[in-house]
Amino acid sequence: MTDSPPRARARATRRRGSDRGFNRVFRWIAVGSGVLILAVLAAVALFLLWQAWPALTAGSDELATAVPRYPEDTSFVAYVGPLVFGTLLAAILALAIATPLAIGIALFISHYAPRRLSQVLGYLVDLLAAVPSVIYGLWGFFVLAPFVVPIWSWLNEYLGWFPLFAGEASPTGRVLATVAIVLAVMILPIITAVSREVFLQTPKLHEEAALALGATRWELVRTAVLPFGRSGIISAAMLGLGRALGETMAVLMILSPGFLYSFHILDSAQHQTIAAYIALDFPEASGLAVNTLIATGLVLFVITLAVNMGARAIVARRKEFSGAN
Amino acid sequence: MAQRIDVKDLNIYYGDFLAVQDITMTIEPKSVTALIGPSGCGKSTFLRTLNRMHEVIPNARVEGTVEMEGVDLYGSDVDPVAVRRNVGMVFQRPNPFPTMSIRDNVLAGVKLNNKRISKADADDMVESSLHGANLWNEVKDRLEKPGSGLSGGQQQRLCIARAIAVKPQVLLMDEPCSALDPISTIAIEDLIGELKSEYTIVIVTHNMQQAARVSDRTAFFNIAGTGKPGKLIEMDETSTIFSSPSEKSTEDYVSGRFG
Ligand SMILES: Nc1ncnc2c1ncn2[C@@H]1O[C@H](COP(=O)(O)OP(=O)(O)OP(=O)(O)O)[C@@H](O)[C@H]1O
Ligand SMILES: [Mg+2]
Repeated sequence: MTDSPPRARARATRRRGSDRGFNRVFRWIAVGSGVLILAVLAAVALFLLWQAWPALTAGSDELATAVPRYPEDTSFVAYVGPLVFGTLLAAILALAIATPLAIGIALFISHYAPRRLSQVLGYLVDLLAAVPSVIYGLWGFFVLAPFVVPIWSWLNEYLGWFPLFAGEASPTGRVLATVAIVLAVMILPIITAVSREVFLQTPKLHEEAALALGATRWELVRTAVLPFGRSGIISAAMLGLGRALGETMAVLMILSPGFLYSFHILDSAQHQTIAAYIALDFPEASGLAVNTLIATGLVLFVITLAVNMGARAIVARRKEFSGAN
Repeated sequence: MAQRIDVKDLNIYYGDFLAVQDITMTIEPKSVTALIGPSGCGKSTFLRTLNRMHEVIPNARVEGTVEMEGVDLYGSDVDPVAVRRNVGMVFQRPNPFPTMSIRDNVLAGVKLNNKRISKADADDMVESSLHGANLWNEVKDRLEKPGSGLSGGQQQRLCIARAIAVKPQVLLMDEPCSALDPISTIAIEDLIGELKSEYTIVIVTHNMQQAARVSDRTAFFNIAGTGKPGKLIEMDETSTIFSSPSEKSTEDYVSGRFG
């Protein structure tokens, strides 16, 4: 280094200079896109708040005259309550169905199937994600709903003591239980894909530790793969939950709506979700009714945001005890 | 407890690549056998065939036999899982399960055997295994803390405790000290000296002094060149290997003239 000719040194400096230029460009791109995303998010939130404000501040009489199907003497909170309930119930049921299935499929792909088969399977699951939700809606309406009617009535008849299966099973099948199945199919790909990635990242070190202790395949999964992937699974499920909360088309097409706090998922005319409700009423709404719909949208936005932030927090915490140092 | 291992005409392949060729050796029970040799000569590969861990790698396979007290590990009716319960392994990098407490780490292998053990038995087992690994005094007050919170040397001893908790007959160690400082290394070497009264131990090491200190017999592996298979050059009493080996290459290697 001491005797490097001046020209070479100058070239090196120049190269470092242009490196710095690239760095600067990248930094601006990174900062710029970060700010842009924040700005879009803030703009959406502001828009919702601004448009929802008239509805949030209006008296219940005013709302009852302006909004179709608005019950008398009801505050806004009491009005969105059943919608929030329906939205959460549908999403949570979908999650309860999809998560175990997705974990099973992901484990099969990552640790059981021969390599060729696991590639095909992974591809098929990803394809599920590519089906538009209106297609799922049509399928749910024409195929699934008639198909599940006898199953639902069986459940209702023999397991009716279980709160979810109580009530009177609908003869159309256009009930929340059917919606939950369709939603589960829709969120299956994302949960599977994320869990699969997490399972594949299980450190070889820990897998070998389990195998060397004489673990069978399932014991390997139990001692090394699942503990390592636990927080990954949780965030995958949260992503799925976010999607299920906001799904509109399939719910709109399948569910026969109602506005009750009801656990009778086999009954029709019990539940409605926020997204489907907005989509259904929006075309005919005007004036304060629009503001009311936007206010329910704001509620959905807040719920989804909270779910996503929860997922973020869990993912961040995962770093500490993953042990992948 | 300890068992004798007879390896006959063993060839080990990764796919079409012959990694280790024609190994025949006897590993004595209740003794420490060191495997030495230059990098890439197949020490780890060979070690992993002693508990069928190489089968984890796709396309890895063996020809020949490995007999433990007369039973061929590669017999058609032998379950690799059973083999691994009988032949424990300690790896180069300490690998306690990060989400488990120290106590659960020690019990991990025991619980795999699907045995329901009472809390008292489990406590005894944790204590005796940790004593066996010379770790008890350092961790007895924090058994419920995560295993990943220990120092590297302690983690490695925890892994040894985990391996001996299932009461294997044979203990395989692949460079168990290479990630450790000298003090932890001495601790592990002392431990190996104690463990050999109960177990058959096979250790891979790059450290000549270590091989000389801990082992009773030493096997020297070598490789003719890249892409060529590794072979067993000679195996003898450790003192003989280090003072008057019969092969020139062994002498060159142990005296540090190559490798
Ligand atoms: N998973 C694998 N797939 C294919 N070839 C492998 C694999 N693992 C090892 N090999 C090859 O087998 C040969 C022996 O490797 P091995 O790891 O057993 O050597 P080693 O003696 O343990 O070396 P080191 O002292 O560096 O640990 C090498 O040529 C290596 O490239
Ligand atoms: Mg090695």
